Amino acid sequence: MNEFVETLLDLTWPGAPEPKRSYDVVIIGGGGHGLSTAYHLATRHGITDVAVLERGYIGSGNSGRNTTIIRANYGLPEAVRFYQHSLELYQQLEDETGADIMHSTKGQLWLAHSITAARTERSRALLNTACGAHTSYVGPEEIARICPEIDLHGAGRYPVLGASYHVDAATARHDRVVWAYAQGAMRLGVHVLQSLEVTGLSVEHDRVTGVETATGPIAAGTVLSAVGGHVTRVAGWAGVRLPIRTHTLQAFVTNGYTREFEPIVSSNDLVFYVSQTARGQMLIGAEFDRQPSYSSGTTFAYLQACARKAITVLPFLAGLRVLRQWAGVCDVSLDFSPILGESGVDGFLLSTGWGTWGFKAIPAAGEQLAELIATGKTPAMIAGFGLDRFAREAAMADPSSAGTR
Amino acid sequence: MLWLTCPTCGPRPVEEFRFGGEQPHVPAHITDRGQRDLDWAWMLDNAEGPSTERWFHEAGCRRWHTVRRDTRTDELLPPG
Repeated sequence: MNEFVETLLDLTWPGAPEPKRSYDVVIIGGGGHGLSTAYHLATRHGITDVAVLERGYIGSGNSGRNTTIIRANYGLPEAVRFYQHSLELYQQLEDETGADIMHSTKGQLWLAHSITAARTERSRALLNTACGAHTSYVGPEEIARICPEIDLHGAGRYPVLGASYHVDAATARHDRVVWAYAQGAMRLGVHVLQSLEVTGLSVEHDRVTGVETATGPIAAGTVLSAVGGHVTRVAGWAGVRLPIRTHTLQAFVTNGYTREFEPIVSSNDLVFYVSQTARGQMLIGAEFDRQPSYSSGTTFAYLQACARKAITVLPFLAGLRVLRQWAGVCDVSLDFSPILGESGVDGFLLSTGWGTWGFKAIPAAGEQLAELIATGKTPAMIAGFGLDRFAREAAMADPSSAGTR
Repeated sequence: MLWLTCPTCGPRPVEEFRFGGEQPHVPAHITDRGQRDLDWAWMLDNAEGPSTERWFHEAGCRRWHTVRRDTRTDELLPPG
């Protein structure tokens, strides 16, 4: 499957529906998370009076800019269970929706070049195993067998001491995930309204009762913010303050590497990650820009620093050329865990704090939030990820699992 | 790339600095003491536009200073 075959695929969309004046549920943001929630509301709970409002086209925000890595090797028990569930939902998504999302299981090597990092990766493997994810600690010999391209000497400066190996790690085509959920939801009557920007929230007696748009207000029983990059503004309309900082995350791809490069390779000490796309290009990313920013501009300094780090471990990359560089605007929560569910204001729910790690969580977050909307009760799986955790002094700090700082 | 103007060292690339967060600001309408403490500890303006923030010149003079910056364009602004 490649980009050329992709364009031939039959993507039939029902004619764009006229927005109604009122819905049971209005979801702000037509990215993976918003559409997955709509899909699960329709398929799992029979709630189809739902509108997803997207200011651009669906998947045009961070869903179309991320590096599509699906993995569950996190550092907190709640997070491992949640992401493992999401990983399993991804594995079933093609069968469930009939859509080809180009899901490809690759395995991920998370390299350690220092004693400290080796300890982190060892404990990651143990915690993952205890919580149901498949991760083991492997030494240099095993690493060389899994990925012969890795320079175990790390150019003399970053010797590879070991790695945690997460066998279930995978990638999928981001657009297709978005399309699969959008189509699945639309078939059951959900309205996906593109080019419709939300300009405010309607608040009556401390309750959110709908959204304001350029073409007039739309009433809603429940409003979910599933936006990426601008959640502080959206939550602010409801008077909700968030522990979120918005940063730019950059990534780039090279031209095609003629050989197959199976695993996803990342480094704990150097902070970068590399995988191969279905087209053979090498996709490379690293940490987010240090200054908070709403700009999706890219910099040469990033490209240079990131390329240098990646080449240290994977010298063959030096022979490739950079094809394309881009950036997304990420809502990074201060404890590096998502913020899900109740916002503290009636009728207004949040799916945010997805920072640089949101793609892998699209199926599970949508499923769990749909359950919350349908039943009014926060499911146990996401109870720890509520905004109220900061008031309870129960922050879910897990920065080392993001792989982007 | 962003360059910051350090009061001691002059214009230097952002790689030399450590970000110290935006200037804490608790909105006046929050009156409850506990809520103000919570807001001070965690909540952010995360301004989309002019923002006042603290930076530490880690690889230079190792002093803290205050920067006003537009978060949409990275343009440095005069102190507000």
